[in-house]
Amino acid sequence: MAVEAKMIDIIVEQLSVDKEKVVPGASFVDDLGADSLDLVELIMAMEEEFDVEIPDEEAEKIATVQNAIDFVAKIQ
Amino acid sequence: MKRRVVVTGIGLVTPLGTGTEKTWESLVNGRGGIGPITRFDATGHASQIAAEVTDFKTEDWFEKKQSKNLDLFVQYAIAAAELAWQNSGLSITDENRERVGVITGCGMGGLPTIEEYHQIMVERGPRKITPFFIPRVIPNMPSGHISMRLGSKGPNLTQTTACAAGTHAVGEAFRHIAYGDCDIAVTGGTESVICPLAVGGFSAMKALSTRNDDPESASRPFDKDRDGFIISEGSGMIILEELESAKKRGAKIYAEVIGYGQTSDAYHIAAPPEDGEGGARCMAAALRDAKLNPEDVDYINAHGTSTPLNDKCETQAIKTVFKEHAHKLAVSSTKSMTGHMLGAAGGIESAFTALTLDTGIIPPTVNLHNPSPECDLDYVPLTAREANPMVAISNSFGFGGTNGVVVMKKFSS
Repeated sequence: MAVEAKMIDIIVEQLSVDKEKVVPGASFVDDLGADSLDLVELIMAMEEEFDVEIPDEEAEKIATVQNAIDFVAKIQ
Repeated sequence: MKRRVVVTGIGLVTPLGTGTEKTWESLVNGRGGIGPITRFDATGHASQIAAEVTDFKTEDWFEKKQSKNLDLFVQYAIAAAELAWQNSGLSITDENRERVGVITGCGMGGLPTIEEYHQIMVERGPRKITPFFIPRVIPNMPSGHISMRLGSKGPNLTQTTACAAGTHAVGEAFRHIAYGDCDIAVTGGTESVICPLAVGGFSAMKALSTRNDDPESASRPFDKDRDGFIISEGSGMIILEELESAKKRGAKIYAEVIGYGQTSDAYHIAAPPEDGEGGARCMAAALRDAKLNPEDVDYINAHGTSTPLNDKCETQAIKTVFKEHAHKLAVSSTKSMTGHMLGAAGGIESAFTALTLDTGIIPPTVNLHNPSPECDLDYVPLTAREANPMVAISNSFGFGGTNGVVVMKKFSS
């Protein structure tokens, strides 16, 4: 739960979107308006916040809010 | 057959105020915008004074997601371009979209962000560099962003000729329209590098004033006590338009651009030749392009940086070109109030030149109490003058020995 709440805050901050839009199934590109550079920066913000390292090949699989939450929960 | 080109819009973001009215009102009343540096802690720097833009509110112009990845030099440029575009009354349509260009000048780009991310990289490693680092710092981002905001699809160019960049941008835009590459151009300059590396770097060259205890009188072009320029920031954009296009829509015309000159000193990385011969050839080239005689010129908006060398050499250059007439025409340095906006200077000063022709008022050279013996022209000292000049030129000279001069005249059909 802590991961989820923090993750939503990061996404709201990084992508400047309304909190209501950041639902588990939301796609960063299709629903939250991110481009490829936004995604790189979002992954960097996650690394910073959760003190983890996300390799590029893993980062490519993170397409939705739920993907991000699951990934961080798994490796933390 | 070259086409005629006129100025139909002006937008300014300067230390004298955001908006043309605020800046022009300060300028003709001789009020400057120079004070202590607040952008960073300047303790330990030889020069601790600057002209900072103080009334610009990022949130008035950009959503947060946009602004966090836009350096100030880009934000100022976009704001100035939008003000100029609104002022012109133009709108982008599917018919004109590909005929509208954006040609801007910028001397340095995003140096404050380069400083910031260099430190992050050294302390925390290359993985901490934001993917927006490069798009934030490259000097041609202003023209890119302006064209994206407007939806203009004509030429999209940036001049990076140091302190002459803004003037070269205006001159190139004039040529582009005259020769038919586009019908309308957003042009001018932008800069924002009030940061430790730029202030320290210019200081190391002994280029900046160290009159830290009296910032308001520090920029004193042509005065015997001048001791360097004042670093400044902001953006000046103008709309250039092919005459028939402007006439057809009944546009307000500030002035007509009639000539452009460009030369190289081929002499030194920073200093002009003693006799200012590169600047002199540049003024002569611009007058040839405008098909004018030296006696036709009534006003020169000087480069006038307030460095000992520039003001002496520029005065000599003016005398070389204008001979006896040099003592009859008016010369002033608006940098006495704005400070030196570097790559933005030529954009701002082109706008001031157009406003001078439109209003008939020549802005003064403030702080000029005791001219140097070698500076013996009429510099319109201390107070503005109503003189109704018909023809004016604007000079810009940049490090690397690059020179640019634009000629304008009061519009008559």
